Amino acid sequence: MATSPIDPGREEIAARQAVMALCADASRDDLDAALRALEVSVTEDLRPPETGLVMATGRIGGDGRPFNLGEVSVTRAAIRVPDGTTGFAYHLGRDRAKARLAATLDALWQDPARRARVEAALQPAARRADAARQRAARRTAATRVDFLTLARGED
Amino acid sequence: MYVAVKGGEAAIDNAHRLLAEARRGDAAVPELSVAQIREQMALLVDRVMTEGSLYDPDLAALALKQARGDVVEAVFLVRAYRTTLPRFGASTPVDTGAMAVERRVSATFKDLPGGQVLGPTFDYTHRLIDFALAAEGAVEPAAEAEPRDDAGTCPRVTDLLAQDGLIEASPPDDGAPVGDLTREPVDYPADRALRLQALARGDEGFVLGLAYSTQRGYGRTHPFVGEIRVGEVAVEFVPEELGFAVPLGRVRLTECQMVNQFKGSGAAPPQFTRGYGLSFGQSERKAMAMALVDRALRAEELGEPVASPAQDQEFVLAHCDSLQATGFVEHLKLPHYVDFQAELELVRRLRAEFEQGRDRAGMQEAAE
Repeated sequence: MATSPIDPGREEIAARQAVMALCADASRDDLDAALRALEVSVTEDLRPPETGLVMATGRIGGDGRPFNLGEVSVTRAAIRVPDGTTGFAYHLGRDRAKARLAATLDALWQDPARRARVEAALQPAARRADAARQRAARRTAATRVDFLTLARGED
Repeated sequence: MYVAVKGGEAAIDNAHRLLAEARRGDAAVPELSVAQIREQMALLVDRVMTEGSLYDPDLAALALKQARGDVVEAVFLVRAYRTTLPRFGASTPVDTGAMAVERRVSATFKDLPGGQVLGPTFDYTHRLIDFALAAEGAVEPAAEAEPRDDAGTCPRVTDLLAQDGLIEASPPDDGAPVGDLTREPVDYPADRALRLQALARGDEGFVLGLAYSTQRGYGRTHPFVGEIRVGEVAVEFVPEELGFAVPLGRVRLTECQMVNQFKGSGAAPPQFTRGYGLSFGQSERKAMAMALVDRALRAEELGEPVASPAQDQEFVLAHCDSLQATGFVEHLKLPHYVDFQAELELVRRLRAEFEQGRDRAGMQEAAE
């Protein structure tokens, strides 16, 4: 697609994926707040937000041949901002408004002049997600087993 | 002669209104919200997602509410809903090795990198009814501890065994297209990928019963739980218009690696064999049963006699789906007036012939 103002290199894609992952984990309110903090220009739907399915695949034995595990519901959105940049979002679930917000953030992020502001606007969501992950890890860690070895019988 | 009849519309409408009221139950009792079902009946929601073969906790919770808690009915609603949606494509295979582990236990090794982590489990509870739960009350907050340095890295137990060649390798990814039983009917013999798809969406009770049968001697596999892990993994999808993997979000999965008795030959030294289970949400019983039946269904591949139900793939795959099973069993309650009238006439004729035969025999006897 020639709609992106930049030729995406590997690092560029990784950074864009990181923002997409952040938006996928965030709530709709988080994205709404982020977008309100930016100056949101009018966006045009390239394609109306749509809910569909993606077949989730696993691997036999965890690392072997793929197999179809079952589907996940996914909502996608594609928008265009006035400068012509297109933004995309694919999220688990059925929240069309959220996918549209994320697609808008994806388009804004692609503009190097706005990138830092988009990332800053997403910081509260990133911090919340990180805190939730750490809390989950700490609660899990408390259930880790410490085995005691008991000496038995005569030596 | 039978003349087709119509009718019952008013009765059906009123039955559905009555169902709606019965679903609601006593109006003096507060109504359940979908969020309450999702959060507090989480394992039931996981089961509906697994057997409905659609990961969407809110949808599964809503289906359970609509189905009055009937699992198979909820699965039916979820499966019907999915047929209304377009398929965007298939995900890249999820990496369970990179799972954010919430629970991980092994029955084969005590000391593992990453440790044994119990997580939220019914294991070791006394299974005494807790009457305190009948009253509403605050819950004591879960304990917290600093994760140890190795907590982030949980290699699969099977990978540890594989380093020494003690266990067979997983079948390699040869890039061949993956069969999908939701798109094409199953042809027998079905390959292992297709069997795993069928088992993953199969009825937990049926798969559990088959798994149990292998332990009781109907196709023994000498299993050990190499590992069970529960936690979230990232799901990624490569849309055509982008050409790179887009992170869709995270799903909670349960994985079971069953380690089974060895197989060797003149050419290859003995190695442990494997069975594999993977399911949506926290559903250990299902993942374990799936892994046992997966291994049993490999009997022919591993040169074992195929003599028991759990080893017979047509028997297992054709009967493990709760929706197919309930459809055929429950259709029996629909009107069969024409079929039955035919049977009725046949049995009357046979009885008449029987009576005639007896009369003739009686007359012959009298004549002799």
